[in-house]
Amino acid sequence: MSSMLSVALPKGRLGEKVYAMFEKAGYACPSIHDGGRKLIFESPENGVRYFWVKPSDVAIYVERGAADIGVAGKDILLEYEPDIYELLDLGIGKCRMAVAAPNGFYDDKQRTLRVATKFARIAARHYLQKGRDIDIIHLNGSIEIAPILGLSDVIVDIVETGTTLKENDLAVIETVVPISARLIANKACYKFESERIEALVAKIAAQLEA
Amino acid sequence: MQQLPLGFQERVIYALRSLYNRSGYAQYKMSKFEEYDLYARNKDFLISEGVITFMDTNGKLMALKPDVTLSIVKNSPDSAALQKLYYTENVYRVAKGSGSFRELAQVGLECLGQIDDYAISEVLMLAAESLRVISPESILDISHLGIVTGLIDALGIPGGRRDELLRYIGEKNSHELSALCRACAVEEGKISILRELLSLGGAPSRVLPRLRELLSGVISMENIDQLERIAAVLAENGCGDMLRIDFSAVDDIHYYNGIVFKGFVRSLPGSVLAGGQYDKLMRKMGRKSGAIGFAVYMDAIDRLDAERKDYDVDVLLLYKEGDSLSDISAARRRCSENGESVMVQRSIPENIRYKRLCEVSR
Repeated sequence: MSSMLSVALPKGRLGEKVYAMFEKAGYACPSIHDGGRKLIFESPENGVRYFWVKPSDVAIYVERGAADIGVAGKDILLEYEPDIYELLDLGIGKCRMAVAAPNGFYDDKQRTLRVATKFARIAARHYLQKGRDIDIIHLNGSIEIAPILGLSDVIVDIVETGTTLKENDLAVIETVVPISARLIANKACYKFESERIEALVAKIAAQLEA
Repeated sequence: MQQLPLGFQERVIYALRSLYNRSGYAQYKMSKFEEYDLYARNKDFLISEGVITFMDTNGKLMALKPDVTLSIVKNSPDSAALQKLYYTENVYRVAKGSGSFRELAQVGLECLGQIDDYAISEVLMLAAESLRVISPESILDISHLGIVTGLIDALGIPGGRRDELLRYIGEKNSHELSALCRACAVEEGKISILRELLSLGGAPSRVLPRLRELLSGVISMENIDQLERIAAVLAENGCGDMLRIDFSAVDDIHYYNGIVFKGFVRSLPGSVLAGGQYDKLMRKMGRKSGAIGFAVYMDAIDRLDAERKDYDVDVLLLYKEGDSLSDISAARRRCSENGESVMVQRSIPENIRYKRLCEVSR
């Protein structure tokens, strides 16, 4: 781990919002606005190096120490259970993990519930707590289509505004867990860089309180 | 004798063995197999779920060892006199992420019997020295489960939500920890004590006085006293600079009690050493005495090897048809005189990298 703090940011709109928070906290890296296809940006004067990665990969980069810190959705942290420190709830990228079903759905408790989801662990844990026997169908995208085609009874997925659900005649029947972006840190790196990381966390936490 | 071209991992294993031998710990050798029943009864003690099992010829379900501590406890007599043991064994576990089994080298040390402050500090000192063998830049995190569980008791968190709370403590996740406490109607004043306990990390000289202030009147001071005595003796023995108090180093409270610790070295992403006092496991296994020990995970360590190998061999020595046997062996001797490695071939093999090429007839 170099003298610059490595920060893994999730590609996309959320990542840009997160970068803006870091910039405001005094960790600017102007070259990040240059555009192009570059993925790594350094600001030696502010002691940080940013890189853009797929949102679902941020936790892996941090857990394995390729990034010292990063920002990942709580959904990813619950699904993959990486061995990291979760230092701050950034309060952005807010949405919820929910169970959705076709309008007018009746849950027949006599039958095994078929659940389509990208988040197999979260779904399994949710129904285990309720003591419900389920059959998990792991899909990688277009989850909404599963109940329409009769592939599953319900879906467990991230719901932001609910528009996609509505357009597909689905409705949320239950919230599993609220989701937002979290600032995470590699455990070993935190040991050696705790002062720098804590200083950064404090500056960003101050923004959240303001 | 010339130094053996050992890999970094092998050198570390030799150094650790010698360290433990010098401290009076005896090597414990064991079979690769164990009855599966032992792990089925103590599943939560294992780092990963999943054990490789097979049926023995007598119909008994056996397992390839996923863990060594359970076997040592099972086979040890229950006596107050201290048994000091170490092992270097391969264990078989499901690797995180990949979901497949891996064979992993592990070195560990166990001290079983009547555990007192001296035994604890000796084991911690050996843990600290083990980390130094691996890297000059290392940190030993220490926590005391008695302090953490004492505070949780004082907060009045219901039993069903304790594991969740401990998980947040392990993640330094103070936002969700606060939410959980509020959901359990814990007073704000006590929540802020727990939050401060989480953020209190660092050198014992800085942390312990504040810890005393913070927890006075909330829990009994005896565990803090113990932590202080042990931190002091470690400092006297030259391990003070690598010691950090960190209450996020929590382990399974169903097996561990008292002091628990984790070791980190710079540029490796996870902990390379973990251990603690596990009297509760001893009780579960019907033992009256206590125990403390740790394991060093050797699989990650190879990444620290500074001497990267750029060549398969130093000298590639080629001979031709007609070169006499004695010429070839004389040339080989000459090439290896200064300690270089030599490979003798008739032609240059594919995919071989060498530093220098020599021919016998020149």
